[in-house]
Amino acid sequence: MGWLSAFFSWLGEFFGSPENWSGPGGIPMRLLEHLEFSALALVLAALIAVPLGLVIGHTGRGEVIVVVSANLARALPTLGLLVMFVLLLGAASIWPVIIPLVLLSVPPILVNTYEGIKGVDPELRDAAYGMGLRGGQVLLRVLVPVALPLILLGCRLSAIQVVATTTVAAYTGLGGLGRYVIDGFATKDYASVVGGSVLIVLFALVVQILFTLAQRVTVSPGVSQRLKVR
Amino acid sequence: MITFDAVTKRYPDGTVAVDRLSLEAPTGEITVLVGPSGCGKTTSLRMINRMIDASEGRILLDGEPVQGIDPPTLRRGIGYVIQQAGLFPHRKIVDNIATVPYLLGWDKKKARVRAMELLERVGLDPALAGRYPFQLSGGQQQRVGVARALAADPPVLLMDEPFSAVDPIVRTSLQDELLRLQAELNKTIVFVTHDIDEAIKLGDRVAVLRVGGTLAQVADPKTLLSEPADDFVREFLGHDRGIRRLQFVSTEGLRLRTDLTVEEGAERGTSESWQLVVDAEGRPLGWASGARPGELEPYGTFVPGRDSMRSALDAALLSPSGCAVAVDEQGKVVGVATREALDQALAEAADG
Repeated sequence: MGWLSAFFSWLGEFFGSPENWSGPGGIPMRLLEHLEFSALALVLAALIAVPLGLVIGHTGRGEVIVVVSANLARALPTLGLLVMFVLLLGAASIWPVIIPLVLLSVPPILVNTYEGIKGVDPELRDAAYGMGLRGGQVLLRVLVPVALPLILLGCRLSAIQVVATTTVAAYTGLGGLGRYVIDGFATKDYASVVGGSVLIVLFALVVQILFTLAQRVTVSPGVSQRLKVR
Repeated sequence: MITFDAVTKRYPDGTVAVDRLSLEAPTGEITVLVGPSGCGKTTSLRMINRMIDASEGRILLDGEPVQGIDPPTLRRGIGYVIQQAGLFPHRKIVDNIATVPYLLGWDKKKARVRAMELLERVGLDPALAGRYPFQLSGGQQQRVGVARALAADPPVLLMDEPFSAVDPIVRTSLQDELLRLQAELNKTIVFVTHDIDEAIKLGDRVAVLRVGGTLAQVADPKTLLSEPADDFVREFLGHDRGIRRLQFVSTEGLRLRTDLTVEEGAERGTSESWQLVVDAEGRPLGWASGARPGELEPYGTFVPGRDSMRSALDAALLSPSGCAVAVDEQGKVVGVATREALDQALAEAADG
């Protein structure tokens, strides 16, 4: 069990050293950076993909956009995209990193939002129109609440992907938790590598938990069927 | 009144779903559109609230062409009930019922009070108000669907095969409930079904449509059964048309004998082969026959005046005695309709 004790001693070393808890290279700062990049990319992606998915799913027009975006998501290499944008735009601002992150997180949100809206029972859509709801009301008052679990699933998938990719973004000189891993490897500081990895895993877990909670709060029990049947 | 004036629905590919349909659905009555699949009955119904737009002809709602009314506004003024209820899964039952009042901008409290009132009206426990649709049975959901259609008190109700997805027992109770409601509310109802028995049970008028969307016959159920316009209608009505017509023949004048009943434990006469044994309260217990002393044979009952000749005949056929037991609303025996009496009534029905 030598590797296990080594693991824990590295962990102790990383989390135990006071200089890791303050200053620009400290854990709180790196965590904040990671959060900032991920959240910014995710919010921008959602602002683009959710309305687009809603409109395409509701009107059935522009479905080719969804298909193309889904295929691009599979084809594009993350790291390649990052490096390309940094080379194109320089590393002076955060945008060369944020733009590829946004591009990567649009497809899962777009595809799931579209599928969610498209997949609503036609009878239900029919009933909504039959009651006298107008097109926009049908979308916002009926289709969105019913499709919400899928829309949130898309956001969660993107969030996990963004958190992971932000780590890789440290290659380009950006901050965030990836710094510990990449710099650690470069200087053979394995305590830093292990500690950074653990932080990233924990961060991803917290993101998952947050989305689960958000789902609990926003999705109607009538849709999630969380309640017991009578 | 809803008037179809030479209404045609033609799709871009040339298919004609409804072909020059002219029909009236009188105010305060249930008009049933019935026919095999592909006869355009649902299309016709959906043209009334403009879920589908007619290609030619006019549909008038109390004289006003619906084609001139903005569809959502039109639909808010017409109750609409569909096959699978189509309740909003994310909303509680009370809010589902209040859908149209909310759309019409009613005060939320007033809309909910109205919804609770309707919940009881359609025969549901008010405790269901806070449930979600998935927690209700199919029959309960369908009742909620009816309550939702009635919420803003529209004068017109469109019902598109509303009871066809529930089991036969629930269907019967929903049909009875609809007739009870209609007796109170007097709505103008257009009801679509493929089930001729349902059409005959519910309709004040029944319009039979044939494939291709043309009207074969429109008549009240009794006339439909006794005078089908052509072979298509005759075929569609089915083989036991004569028997079913009996459900419109009253048992009012049926001759009843009161000398065939004997109280339990009392001495039985020997002059009649069958005697009806009743308990101390006058409720039937069974038929006794001289051939099998000490044994009680099964019996069938009907309520004279309320039940039809079809029920009386059915009651007679249920018993080896061949007689139907006439009871009052409380189930007490008021007399016995013998084979002879039934025979005579049937002969009169066949003449009429």
